[in-house]
This record gives sequence, C-alpha cells and structure tokens, in this order.
Amino acid sequence: MANEQALDVREKKELVTKEEKTVPARYYVPATDIYETEAALTVVMELPGVDKKDLDLAVENDVLRVEGRIDLGKYEGLEPLYTEYNVGHFSRSFTLSRKIDQAAIQAELEDGVLTLTLPKAKEAQPRKIKIG
Amino acid sequence: MALLFPDPFDALLQLQQALDSFRASDWLETSLSGVGSYPPLNAFRKGDDLVIVAEVPGVRKEDVALEIKNNTLRISGTKTVSYGEKAALHRRERSAGRFDRAVALPVEVDAEGVKAECRDGILALFLPRAERDKPRSIRIS
Repeated sequence: MANEQALDVREKKELVTKEEKTVPARYYVPATDIYETEAALTVVMELPGVDKKDLDLAVENDVLRVEGRIDLGKYEGLEPLYTEYNVGHFSRSFTLSRKIDQAAIQAELEDGVLTLTLPKAKEAQPRKIKIG
Repeated sequence: MALLFPDPFDALLQLQQALDSFRASDWLETSLSGVGSYPPLNAFRKGDDLVIVAEVPGVRKEDVALEIKNNTLRISGTKTVSYGEKAALHRRERSAGRFDRAVALPVEVDAEGVKAECRDGILALFLPRAERDKPRSIRIS
C-alpha cells in the first residue's frame, strides 16, 4: 500500500553547477527517478509548468542534458499575495554509459513529467548462457 | 504592484524576487482543516480576483478533487508513481501518495464562478471575488 501514504512537501532543489548560467536567475533541479529493466534505462523527471516546445533534450559527448523553461508570460499581471514555492527553469544532466543506444532514446512529456526511455545497446543486454 | 516585465533579460529574476518576498506571508489564514500541506501553493491577486497556483507534476486531472465551501478551498487527490515490473531502481526522488489540503481564503469568492485548469503539472484556480465583497467607493456628499 505504498500509494496510501500521505504526500509530503519537498522543497525544490536549486541548481548548483560548475558552469554558470548567463541569466541572473535561479534554476531548479527536477526530481528524478531512474530505473532499469532488461531492455532499457528509464529516466523520469518532474518539470511542472514546462510545455513541450520549451523543453530541450540533447546528447553530446555521452552527456544527456535536459533543460526545461517555464512560461513567464503566465505570471504577467498577477500580484503575489502569499507564496510557498518559487519558480524557475529546470536543468539537469546525466552522463550516459556506452551501453546505451543513444540514437534510440525516446521522450514523452505528460502532466509535467518527462519520461526518457534509453534502450540498452544490444551487446549490453543480458544473455542467457546455455549449459551444453 | 502587479508584475510587469519590461526587461525580458531580468524577467525571471524579478519574478523570483517578487515570489520570495511573499514567502509565507500572513495573507492566508493558518487555520487548516485539511491534513498536510501538499500541494504547495502560491496565491496571487489579478485585479479584483484571486488566482491560486500549485505544482502537481505527475498528478492526472482526473485524480484531483476540488471543493469550495464558505470560502474554504479543499484540494485533494492521489499521485501515483509506478515502475515497470522487474525494474531495478537506481534513483528515487519522486514521491507518491495521497493529499488533502484545505485553506481558508481571507476574501469571499463567488463559488459558482470558480474555474480550474490542470496542465503540464500545474493546477491553476481562478477565483472571482464575490460581488458583495468587493470594495465600494463612497461618495462624500
């Protein structure tokens, strides 16, 4: 009954990186789950407020980089009264092992959650060894 | 002062500073009748009306229930996180579970006119202020 527990509030994590951003604003690190099955590695990220068109995914030098921007226009004309969280763009990157078939990575964005499926390269999939 | 962003370069920083300065302000009454404080929410004024926004990534529209009664807004629902069978978990940062939160709004709202939207993991509520609660200007005779 893991789903029946009450949901806690987790403070959003601010991004701290070696490379700096050129805009003077805070970035956040999306909460991420990573799990592995025989065929693929799946990365699930929470990017609330990010539209499909404002999401950048790139693989370069074995690094998978995800950057999601929120739409500031939605806040125009609003006057804050009370706040419990802050907003900002999201950024996170992961170093991929060579075992991933980088050309076959698939992405899906639904309800503010990005699911990346990273299929394992053929040679990395487990093989059953028959005893002769 | 309503948020206006004349300079797009600084827009995000300005918004972040504005949101920071209203962190847990005393606008919202702290008498909570719900349990817990998920989802975290931000409240704004838009003209006479109110806008309440919450981040609920991974919560489906059909899994959220909204109720309003006597200016108490109740947001409840379930967030599910599922992994495929036989999956080995490497990193687990997302949480799942039930939520039920009630907040007492300090202004009277027109319950009939409330509109809600749940898109891209953001729940937004548009709460029009009740006509009888709006301030009236008084003519000095």
